[in-house]
Amino acid sequence: MSEISQGLAQAFGLVAAADPQLLSIIWLSLAVSGTAVMVAALFALPFGAWLALARFPGRQSLIALLNGMMGLPPVVIGLLIYLLLSRAGPLGPLGILFTPAAMMLAQALLTFPIIAALARQVIEDAWVEYREQLISLNASQWQSAKALLWDMRFTLLTAVLAGFGRAIAEVGAVMIVGGNIDGVTRVMTTAIALETSKGDLALALALGMVLIALVMIINGVAQLIKARAMKQYG
Amino acid sequence: MAKAILPLHVEGLAYRAGEATVLRDVSFRVEAGTRNIVLGPNGAGKSVLLRLLHGLLTPSGGSFLWSDSNVRRVQAMVFQRPVMLRRSARANIEFALQVSGQFAAGEIRQIRRKAGDALQRVGLAALAERPARLCSGGEQQRIALARAWALQPELLFLDEPSASLDPAATRAIEEIIRAMHAAGTTIVMTTHDLGQAKRLAERVLFLHQGRLVEDAAAADFFRQPQSPEAAAFMKGELLW
Amino acid sequence: MVKHFANLTRRFIIGGIATSVLAATPGLPVFAQEKFIVVASTTSTEDSGLFKYLLPIFKAKTGIDVRVVAQGTGQALATARKGDADVVFVHDRVAEQKFVDEGFGIDRREVMYNDFVIVGPQADPAKIAGGKDVLEALKKIAAGAAPFTSRGDKSGTHAAELRYWKQAEIDPQTGRSSWYRETGSGMGPTLNTASAMDAYAFTDRGTWLSFKNRGDLVIVVEGDTRLFNQYGVMLVNPAKHPHVKKELGMQFIEWLTSPAGQAAIAGYKIEGQQLFFPNYKKTG
Repeated sequence: MSEISQGLAQAFGLVAAADPQLLSIIWLSLAVSGTAVMVAALFALPFGAWLALARFPGRQSLIALLNGMMGLPPVVIGLLIYLLLSRAGPLGPLGILFTPAAMMLAQALLTFPIIAALARQVIEDAWVEYREQLISLNASQWQSAKALLWDMRFTLLTAVLAGFGRAIAEVGAVMIVGGNIDGVTRVMTTAIALETSKGDLALALALGMVLIALVMIINGVAQLIKARAMKQYG
Repeated sequence: MAKAILPLHVEGLAYRAGEATVLRDVSFRVEAGTRNIVLGPNGAGKSVLLRLLHGLLTPSGGSFLWSDSNVRRVQAMVFQRPVMLRRSARANIEFALQVSGQFAAGEIRQIRRKAGDALQRVGLAALAERPARLCSGGEQQRIALARAWALQPELLFLDEPSASLDPAATRAIEEIIRAMHAAGTTIVMTTHDLGQAKRLAERVLFLHQGRLVEDAAAADFFRQPQSPEAAAFMKGELLW
Repeated sequence: MVKHFANLTRRFIIGGIATSVLAATPGLPVFAQEKFIVVASTTSTEDSGLFKYLLPIFKAKTGIDVRVVAQGTGQALATARKGDADVVFVHDRVAEQKFVDEGFGIDRREVMYNDFVIVGPQADPAKIAGGKDVLEALKKIAAGAAPFTSRGDKSGTHAAELRYWKQAEIDPQTGRSSWYRETGSGMGPTLNTASAMDAYAFTDRGTWLSFKNRGDLVIVVEGDTRLFNQYGVMLVNPAKHPHVKKELGMQFIEWLTSPAGQAAIAGYKIEGQQLFFPNYKKTG
């Protein structure tokens, strides 16, 4: 239990000293997960909106599948991407295994179902309110989807943040496809895993606390922006 | 140039929802340039009738025939609760114009101008940049009317447009409806408010429990309703 | 419509910033401007801190960035076999030789050795403390059914441990559900488990010296020459994997086995103790 107080003290020490190695690990975590989520959202938001509005046989099964994929084990995704990106695999010539690009790819795949499934739910709920008016105005399915995506932007931001939370917190995928290479693919979660395996529990805890604080700050700021914007736009 | 869609012939229209029959055997004609009020107590089927004619619901039986098949683009509908997008009042109208297909992609300036004119006509030019959802109920309904007006519809459906509004806002709405009619739009409007019907109707379609019980000119109807249900309604005795 | 374009523009700007930020981040090979090689090595080597000490020296000399992917020996060789690394640097002579014989590795050189030790609780239930004979110690542990944690992960360390059991003519699997515990993980987690369980464990000295969660454990057996652990380095065969960075990889191998590199290896110390003993001998 003393590790916790040790860890806390070390956490403050690390942040106060602005340890350059820690800063670059934090920066990499934010860059990898941030980019992954932005790329995932670029595809997941329109996909979720389309799924919310389209009607076709098998739609309910697709929705159930998408919802189920929210629980995909990161380590399994990591393994699959690894097999794809390995030189022995189909995408080997890309040469991105053991680089941040591979980590972004894995995390983008991980967060796509979350953002898409939540977007689908949000847009489908909104459709109940907007449906008659949009049909009356002759809006096509795609025009309606775009209008709803923009109208529900604040709620969708929450979905994107949920995806970001999942990405920055996972270790299984980035460990396998990134290789936890010092200075290149070491992010907060893999650093924590490494320090734990070396028995340096206090440092691992310290890093963990920094990660938690980071995630809380990001969510807090997003919440503030959302509240301010909702007041402004209704 | 598309032909006019009116007159509209409605023949034996019926609508069933599950076990319940909501509308049955409804037949009438709508002529161009008229102000038609669909009157009746709650649950009479007024809203359903409008939605069937506008294409939001599919009839279970009967038919209706427009004089031109290109119907969708020249109708508009205003609902009891205005549905505003989370954007400015002007942007809401611009959106409607964009998706209407009346304008090519590059004609942004024309769209902006039309939207501004529409807001002007309903007296809301000052609120053009205001987020629509932050406006009052009455203002939002006027924006909805401006949105419909900007589309220059041949036929405007209104489903209890002032049911949620106070008297001052109601008056403003009725003025706009009259103005649109004067500019050439045919009006088909539901209400359960007798006073409003008297103020606005040229012709009354009286519905009761899914049936078209009476179809008469407004002057005749209000002076002497022919059917017992309508008479009871006028006396305030027919609540549903 | 204007709003729509404003939206798109905003997104592109954010995307552009993100990309430039990533490109500017040191070490991020977004546009792959640096010279680098991927070396598949083991977790025990990484955990010992050797690479953190050695690689900056090499980079300063040659400008080559060495990216170490640290896994168990079995996984490291598998990674190299698939062509996902340029150089292999592990410590399992038998497995390395097989790798070369199968044609996946060339120019194997012996670089250095460190040694294994047996650690255990100070209470020493098997009574082996101070011993200098690893086989005797293992026999006593089995006889007394004293708790023992093994890596069980096909690593070089695990392979060595199994060889000693075999030489002592004991099958540790007989104690599988009682005193012999396989963690299936790296050296650090295995030591964590041993520390928590007050069990014996077989570890390399390097990991032990940097291990901070010792609990009640101390070194009980060391110094047996049979406990020396030989490291070998080799280039992944470009004939099998044409994309392997042959020149850069060979620069690394040459440096490791050069007088300068060997001296650097000897210079790495923890708590004043040298961990790795360079022993490259030019053959033929």
